[in-house]
Parts: sequence; structure tokens; C-alpha cells
Amino acid sequence: MGTQLVLEKWPAAISTVIIGATKDEGGSRSNIVKIGGQTSLPLLFKEGDLPNKPKIAFEIWDIPPQDWQEELISAYGKAINDPFAWAEKCVNEFKAQLLCVKMQGAHPDSGNKTPQEAAKFISALLNKIKVPLIIIGSGDDTKDNLVMPVVSEAAKKERCSIGCAVQDNYKTLVASVLADGHSIIAESPIDINIAKQLNILISDMGLSLERIVINPTIGALGYGLEYAYSIMERARLAALSGDKTLACPFICFVGQEAWKTKEAKVSVEQGIAWEAITATSLIQSGADILVMRHPKAIQKVSNFIETLYQG
Amino acid sequence: MFIIGELINGMYPEIALAIKERDKKMIQKYALQQIDCGADALDVNCGTASAKPLLDMPWLVETIQEVTNKPLSLDSSKPEAIKEGLKAARNKTIINSTTADPEKLEILVPLAKQYNSKLIGITISAKGIPQNKDQRVELAAAIVAYCQENGFPIGDLYLDPIVLPINVAQGQMIDILESIREFKIISEPSPKTVIGLSNVSQGTRIHNTHSLINRTFLTMAVAYGLDSAILDPTDKELMDSLITAELILNKNIYCASYLEAYRKK
Repeated sequence: MGTQLVLEKWPAAISTVIIGATKDEGGSRSNIVKIGGQTSLPLLFKEGDLPNKPKIAFEIWDIPPQDWQEELISAYGKAINDPFAWAEKCVNEFKAQLLCVKMQGAHPDSGNKTPQEAAKFISALLNKIKVPLIIIGSGDDTKDNLVMPVVSEAAKKERCSIGCAVQDNYKTLVASVLADGHSIIAESPIDINIAKQLNILISDMGLSLERIVINPTIGALGYGLEYAYSIMERARLAALSGDKTLACPFICFVGQEAWKTKEAKVSVEQGIAWEAITATSLIQSGADILVMRHPKAIQKVSNFIETLYQG
Repeated sequence: MFIIGELINGMYPEIALAIKERDKKMIQKYALQQIDCGADALDVNCGTASAKPLLDMPWLVETIQEVTNKPLSLDSSKPEAIKEGLKAARNKTIINSTTADPEKLEILVPLAKQYNSKLIGITISAKGIPQNKDQRVELAAAIVAYCQENGFPIGDLYLDPIVLPINVAQGQMIDILESIREFKIISEPSPKTVIGLSNVSQGTRIHNTHSLINRTFLTMAVAYGLDSAILDPTDKELMDSLITAELILNKNIYCASYLEAYRKK
């Protein structure tokens, strides 16, 4: 007699978020990226629908990166000194389907670009590359509140995902995203209570929960990965049991965390492995978007996803 | 927690009058108000004073269905009235209720199967109200056994231990609470449990303690594993206590506005 599988049925689903709008929808993207929509825990194909694979977004900046290691920079060659060439290289050479652009150049310590300069950059980028965009602020709240509304407007109708809203600073970003038709990235510091609270605050402003992507904040392998893993798992369990306020897809900023570690700095091979292992672990806890840096790590994780989803 | 709103009951003069005068608006107002406050289903009871329960029950069902598709708990001691309600129902239904007496089970279990309805079984019999936990569990087991023998899914069975008023049967409260836990282990899969909450505070309204007694008892019952309750969902403090009790039992994730979060569900 064969072993009977014990299958769990969940009453609820993770919401589906679409990034990118094609011409038909008023945008100018060549493709769209769909995430979420699961009705089971990650990779349990027999228990429910997993309609969308996890997606990888290449992380690029609006300026040449300042604190990236030489090994990481050399993977992109000279192109990295020109953000547009860098973006094109990701799309043309590495076949990126999704880009995550960080508006680091607007940070007061990194060039202090004006909101208008930032908006101009985004408009030009949207002209040059046709894949959907995730746009992230510089991390300086005061400056981001000036820059991001203008950036959001410059990308109007392109259905980007824009972040990061945090508990103490979300109103400006929510208002912009609401007006310009994007989705929002809601960031909480590895804290499920705050993740839930922030989603409630955002939805109270009129942005539906279906337009929120949760950034649970992660740690790389050896640096708190398991904390992030368990928070994501717990949120997923609650969401699938019917908690709408947590039923949002996850975005994980893998590259920035993995390449911060001293282990990644030892050698480029170890760095790539560190980034890939961090990413693959998070896929198993429910990550929907992985923002990554090294093309080789991205290639490994893409292959991993394809293998998993062969069924 | 599956919450069944109790307010559409001919025992209340306003509802009795609305039934008598066929005042749809009044009934629908109570239906929507309870759903707004968090009811997952509505109890429908034309009251003992109703002269024509066989007509009143389907009228109530049709009236409520015009404004909601929430499940309806057809509440009558007369199986014929329940049957008329089932015939009129498009919404999901819960039969409220059968006792452990064979003559009731023989009619209501087949009806529940025929109409794909859930069924509430109260642990009383022709011999009267049970006096302790053991008698309750015995009656519950009789109901479960009958359902199993007749192919009624036990997951759709709700067992009610009969909540008695605190001012009448104070000594039985612990028996009632422990029965809730024991009902769950009668069979696998477990039957569900339900209580008619407001009974516990009967006669205390004049001292203005009924609401406090209701919410304290409910909180305790939730800790004993209660699945469902027939209660007044418009009692905000009661609902807040329920949500908080479930939070403490780790059924919902805490956040600063957890009460609002629960209500957004």
C-alpha cells in the first residue's frame, strides 16, 4: 500500500500583483510581470495553485554604484559607469525581465540630485528599456518625500512598483502611487506586527491591499536569514488562513544583504554562492521577487526556479 | 469563530411586530446591521408567539435573502417550520436544531442531508436538560453516532452543550465549558461546537451586567475551543473581547490596530 499524502487546503489566496503596463493598458512596457496568486505554501504544488514563479529583478542604480566590490562591478564591465548602458546590458545581455532601480543619486550624500533630475532620469530610462520597473528611493526619508512623487508621476501609467513605504513615512508615497497607478512596497523591520500594521495604514488611505508588496526586510545567510524566513512563513500561514492584511506578495532585497557580508567579500565565487543560497532559501519561504546583483548568481537562481517548477 | 447573529427572533417585540405586519424593511435592517458588525450567519426565529410558523419562516428567509447571501440558521423547535425554511432558502443553511431524541434525529438528519444543510445538535433529550458534563457528552455521542450511521458529515455537525443562565445553574458552568472541549474528541474528524450565548445572562439585564457576563463567558468558552456562537454581534465590547481572545490564542497576528484588522476580514 502506498503512502497517502496528507494535503492541506487553504481557504484564502495571496493577491496577484502585476508590474508593468503594455501599450494596450496605456503604458509602454514590452512585457508584464505577474507575482502572487498562490493558494498554498511555497512549492507545495499538490496543495493548491502556484500560478506565478518567483521573479528576479536586477538591481541597478541611477548613478555608478559606490560601495559595490570590484568583483561585482567587473561583472558588468564598463557599462556600470553609465546607468542607461548598465540597464541595457541587464536586459540585452543577461535577459532581465524586470529591473529594480534605486534612486541613490538623490541621496544627500550621493550627489543630491534634484527631484527634476531624478524624474528626467526615470523618463529616459523608460524610453531606453522596455521591461517593467521597480523604483526604490534613496533611503533618506526627507529627500525621498520630495523626489519620489515626481518620479512616480514621470512613470505614470507604467504600473511600476514603488518603495519603500515605512511605518513612520508612508503617506507621501501612498498618495503618489495611488494617483499614478503603481503598486507600493511596504517595508517593515523583520517584524510581522509592523508589517500588518503598515498594510492597514496604507489601505486606510484608500490604496487597496491588492496593490501592496511586502518587503519583510531580510538578512543574508548567516546574518539573520532564519528570522526573515520564519516571519515570511508566519505571514503566509496567516494570509492563507484568511488574513487579508498579510495576503500580499513578498519582495526580498537579496543582493544588498548578501554582498554586505564578509564571507561574500572573500572571493567572487563565494560571493555568488552567498547571494544564490540566500535567494533560494527565501524562495522556499515564499519570496515572490528577489532583487539581486551578480549576473552569475541570478543565472543560478533562475535555473533553480525553472527546475523547481518543472514539477 | 463562526458568528451567528441572534437578533432576528420573534421573541423581541419589534421583530414580532415586523413579522406580523410583513415589514420587510425592519427585518432587512436587522440583517444588514448584524452583518456589518461581523456576523457570518444569521439566526432566523419567528418566535414562540408566532401563530403561523409555517408561513412566517419562509417569509423571513425570503426577506433576508433579498439583501444578503450569508448562511441562515433556521431556528425552530418545529421540524415542519424548518422544512418550509429550507424549501425557501437559496442561501446556505444551518438547521437549528435537533435534540438527541430519535424522533427528532429521524426527521432532521435526513432533511439536513437532502438540503445540504449544516445541523446543530443540542444535548438535551425528552428526559430533560442534562445536569452535568457526563450527561452532555453521552447525549452528544448519541447525536454523533446517529449522524455517522446515516452518512451525515460530522464536520457539518455543531454540538451545543446548552448554556444555562448563571443565576439558575451557577454550578454547571464548568461542566458546560468542559463539555465544549470533550465534544471535540468524540470523533475524528471532530464535530464543531456552538453555544447560544445570551442564555448565560438571562435575567441579569435588569442589573445591567448581562453584557459583561456574556463577554466573560464567551472569552472562557473560546479558550475551551469553541467554534461558533449565536450572539448579539452589535454588542461591540463583546465582539472586541472575542477578537482579543482569539488573538491571545494565536489565531490572528497582533498589530496595533488588530481590532480593525479583524473587522476588515
